[in-house]
Amino acid sequence: MSCCRENKTAWTLQDPAIDPVLLEPTLVKYAEAPGSLITILQRAQELYGYLPVDLIAYIAHRTGIKPAKALGVVTFYTQFRISPVGKNLILLCQGTACHVNGSAAIEDAIREELQVNEGEITPDGLFTYNNVACLGCCSLSPVMMIGNETYGSLTPEKAKKILQKIVQHEKAGGATA
Amino acid sequence: MSMKVIVGKGSCGIAAGAAKISDRLAVGIENSRIDCDVSVAGCIGMCYLEPIVDVIDNKGGKKTYVRIDAKAADEILKSLLGEPNEAEKYEILDEDSKNLRSQRRIALQNCGLIDPENINEYLAAYGYKAIEKCVTSMKPRQVIEEIKTSGLSGRGGAGFPTWFKWEAARNSPGDKKYVICNADEGDPGAFMDRAVLEGDPHALIEGMLIAAYAIGADEGVVYVRAEYPLAINRLETAMAQARETGILGKGIFGSSFSFDLRIKAGAGAFVCGEETALIASLEGERGMPRIKPPFPAQKGFWQKPSNINNVETYANVPWILREGGAAFAAMGTENSKGTKVFALTGKIKKGGLVEIPMGSTIKDVIYGVGGGIREDKTFKAVQMGGPSGGCIPAELIDTMIDYKTLAATGAIMGSGGMVVMDETTCMVDMARFFLDFTCKESCGKCVHCRIGTKRMLEILEHITKGEGKEGDIELLEDLGQQVKGGSLCGLGQTAPNPVLTTIKYFRNEYEDHINHKKCTAHQCKSLLTYEIDAGKCTGCTLCSRKCPTEAISGEVKKSHEIDREKCIQCGKCAEACHFAAVLVD
Repeated sequence: MSCCRENKTAWTLQDPAIDPVLLEPTLVKYAEAPGSLITILQRAQELYGYLPVDLIAYIAHRTGIKPAKALGVVTFYTQFRISPVGKNLILLCQGTACHVNGSAAIEDAIREELQVNEGEITPDGLFTYNNVACLGCCSLSPVMMIGNETYGSLTPEKAKKILQKIVQHEKAGGATA
Repeated sequence: MSMKVIVGKGSCGIAAGAAKISDRLAVGIENSRIDCDVSVAGCIGMCYLEPIVDVIDNKGGKKTYVRIDAKAADEILKSLLGEPNEAEKYEILDEDSKNLRSQRRIALQNCGLIDPENINEYLAAYGYKAIEKCVTSMKPRQVIEEIKTSGLSGRGGAGFPTWFKWEAARNSPGDKKYVICNADEGDPGAFMDRAVLEGDPHALIEGMLIAAYAIGADEGVVYVRAEYPLAINRLETAMAQARETGILGKGIFGSSFSFDLRIKAGAGAFVCGEETALIASLEGERGMPRIKPPFPAQKGFWQKPSNINNVETYANVPWILREGGAAFAAMGTENSKGTKVFALTGKIKKGGLVEIPMGSTIKDVIYGVGGGIREDKTFKAVQMGGPSGGCIPAELIDTMIDYKTLAATGAIMGSGGMVVMDETTCMVDMARFFLDFTCKESCGKCVHCRIGTKRMLEILEHITKGEGKEGDIELLEDLGQQVKGGSLCGLGQTAPNPVLTTIKYFRNEYEDHINHKKCTAHQCKSLLTYEIDAGKCTGCTLCSRKCPTEAISGEVKKSHEIDREKCIQCGKCAEACHFAAVLVD
């Protein structure tokens, strides 16, 4: 990241997949409105999947917030990611009810099936595996979410089968499950 | 009237497959040209029976079908067509519908009954009558007086009297005031706020309108967890409909009162349930608490007087104004009035949402509405109040649900999470689990909370790994008291509670772990030993193939053996064995 006081006019971001123009409508609407940093960051993550540090610097520049402060906000909240995520984001619930009903075994199953640790992306870029606090579907525990789909009453075998099905689907060139 | 099919589509219903069921029913109805509407409702609270479908016939009679799959949906379709069918098989059992009737529903009164995406259904259920009454015939002071009479206290955890907050915000000087709703339901194991947002969003809007009228605010914000996309969606729809109807906006019900509302999605931080942290987050900052006073009622959002309550608290307000504070206060105990919603989960047969009058006992909930423990195992403890609460042991099952009596046990009412545990739950592991949560969620401002919870967690991890030492229990107790005393906000002040209550009631389990390296609940893997019962082993070799460390040896069709030196206690052999020949102790 270059110096925060530098007044750049043209910004190029390291990740070529990130086109700052897409964020322009959000910036026009919120950049001047006080207290909108989190809203802008949420929209940016929705657009790009993650928040690379140079993008955070760009948002800071546009909103007049110091880059260090913006990064401080990003790292404070669990929703924000500073590295890219896989095509399918697995959120394994680690709420109390899920813990009591065996989420640890589901965690083992995911690690084993995908050879991935918590917070990591699989080498093929298909999955990112994250633990989350309560998804609020406690009566179906243990639960995980993949994309927008919620899977409940999991067993290790069931979890593995779900993952295998997605892999098959992806290999067949299908859209995200 | 035409027939109507209502599919329960809360997040839990959808996770159980309700969306597919409702599509199937809609397509079937469309194809067979039956005169029947397909509608949605939120969560009725009987999560263990999801997906649930209600059928209202043309005479207004209602039948409830539960645990609906594709086949059951087809049977329901046949019954709609008047063809021979087996739909009866899926009808709700008497005992389950009796369970529902035995509750007293105020905050959840419309949940699961009305279509949350249709304001007319809320209006038909006396919706917005309370705010109309307030603005047309009551002074703001009278509204606060009514809430005072009701004895309503904050349902988010602390249980602070609602009227007191409202009055403080009303009395604070200033022309601009805010009403804020804390919908950042963070306690793992609690989901009543989500149920209200998804099932009856207008009740929240009406509650906030009444609060705004009482304190003199014209703007409101709902701070919702980002993990609740459906809740945000339904609330947005409800707000748009309320605006169209003129219920949100300027000159509400022909009065001079104006109010509008917006949603702010949280970004995931448990500490934002604390008022001042929530305000910091609303202002786009890191959500870290600050010293009080000044209280939010004096200097809140953008330094203006603000009133913050949680979803369940606001959802009670319209009923109180409609039926009168005295009717609300008639329920409950001396110091806890009205009803409380509990999220019943864990090793319970009938998990879901339950709303009961204060003063019922824990036993009423677990063995009454909850139907007892799964697989009829032995009830061991119930965790109340999430990470800020504590474990109440089986011997205190007759404890009354009341702010004071619960606090006396070391647990708290909290937001109403009730996680039921049986003999297979290890209490030391539970304490470790909660500390792991609070340690991660500590914002880091106070040294005691930031480092104290970390040190406590390390000690608990050692104990569950069989590395516990003499004196660990005392050290945990000492540290726990210090963290409670040295933290600014509720997170740190209550974080040690799960540890302290489990030590208080289950000290022997801690001692077993430390002195005998035993976990009687068989949860702490490092403390388990695996052995093969030569009499049961058939020599199928499955376990030795599954063993990641090649610790199991033996010839085909002959009994196998586990090498304790090589065994890493992963439990794969016991999981794999079809003959229960792997003994775990």
